[in-house]
Amino acid sequence: MEIKVLGGCCGNCETVMKMVAEKAADLGKDISLEKVTDMGAILGYGVMSTPGVVIDGKVVHAGGIPKPSQIEAWLKG
Amino acid sequence: MEVFTLFADWLVYGVLGLAPATPLSGALQFFVEDVGKIFFLLVLVVFVIGFFRSMLAPERVRKMLGGRNRLFSFPAAVGLGAVTPFCSCSSVPLFIGFLEAGIPLGVTMAFLITSPMINEIAVFLLISTLGLEFTVVYVVTGLVVGLVGGLVIDRLHLEHWVEDYVWKIRMGESALPEGPQGLKARFDYAVDQVKEIVGRLWPYVLGGVAIGAGLHGFVPAEQLMRYAGPENPFAVPLSVLIGIPLYSNATGIIPVVEALLAKGLPVGTVLALMMSVAALSLPEIMMLKKVLKWQMLAVFVGILAVSFIVVGYLFNAFF
Repeated sequence: MEIKVLGGCCGNCETVMKMVAEKAADLGKDISLEKVTDMGAILGYGVMSTPGVVIDGKVVHAGGIPKPSQIEAWLKG
Repeated sequence: MEVFTLFADWLVYGVLGLAPATPLSGALQFFVEDVGKIFFLLVLVVFVIGFFRSMLAPERVRKMLGGRNRLFSFPAAVGLGAVTPFCSCSSVPLFIGFLEAGIPLGVTMAFLITSPMINEIAVFLLISTLGLEFTVVYVVTGLVVGLVGGLVIDRLHLEHWVEDYVWKIRMGESALPEGPQGLKARFDYAVDQVKEIVGRLWPYVLGGVAIGAGLHGFVPAEQLMRYAGPENPFAVPLSVLIGIPLYSNATGIIPVVEALLAKGLPVGTVLALMMSVAALSLPEIMMLKKVLKWQMLAVFVGILAVSFIVVGYLFNAFF
């Protein structure tokens, strides 16, 4: 599973990175986690409000910190 | 809001047993009252707005403004700027996304000017601390400044002062996930919003209240009036200048404004300070530096500073 966290500057994006990594470890899921800070790339996903989350090329979340239950659902899905 | 005054009186004069009307007890009373009042309102407003927030995601605003006539898009940008809250980190992607949608530069700037100055949290707080009249004055002035600033930038045709790479970015048409659906999801979303926004704002609010309390208790009105009152013709431009390096969100500056007005400072001077602190800040300028060349930044800061100074003098002259 390939997960990308979209976001430029605020601590929120770091928080999301950590949440995803921890949740994946909890579930024993093997993921590749990457932070995307390039504006062209972020907007390329059609996202203007960060942090955003992209899983296997599909935007699942934009604008704000997702809930742990959401992250769990993505990882299981 | 009476209850917060009563509580502060009870705590400071009753429980702590401080004598009324000393600098320390005055400052403490102000601090306790405002912390209670502002956090109560903050939580309430953020929660209520959270219910409707998803309707105003920047992605949707972009769709609403794209490909529209300027007669529609200018007022709409200013109005949406006032009701759309976004973290200043988002100003860069927002800026690029708007331009990419074919929204004129002037309209985009109008949105960026209004957004930090006016938001629903600040409006509710202003009404309850400073009354309806000051709130209406502040909001209308903010909208006019945003509109005028945007129109001027539009007229000057400054597109060449936007960084070149911005024009090359193509925005993907990804189907964004739907916002929260149903009452339960909206409720949860609103609770999360409260956690996130109050979690982000509380240092500004505490800082603002502390400064307000200090002014209230320890700075004599006569002294403040001597430096910033009507006798000093440069009070307005000075307060705009002071406001630039000071960075606070519109919410955090309200207790300071409250204390300054109570000391008898002229409304125009206080308005100029408040707008400058909220809309002109170094972090925001650094952020915009990523997409604007320095000439354009200078124009942006210049237009805003001049507008705030004009606003300040106008209000001091007429009120």
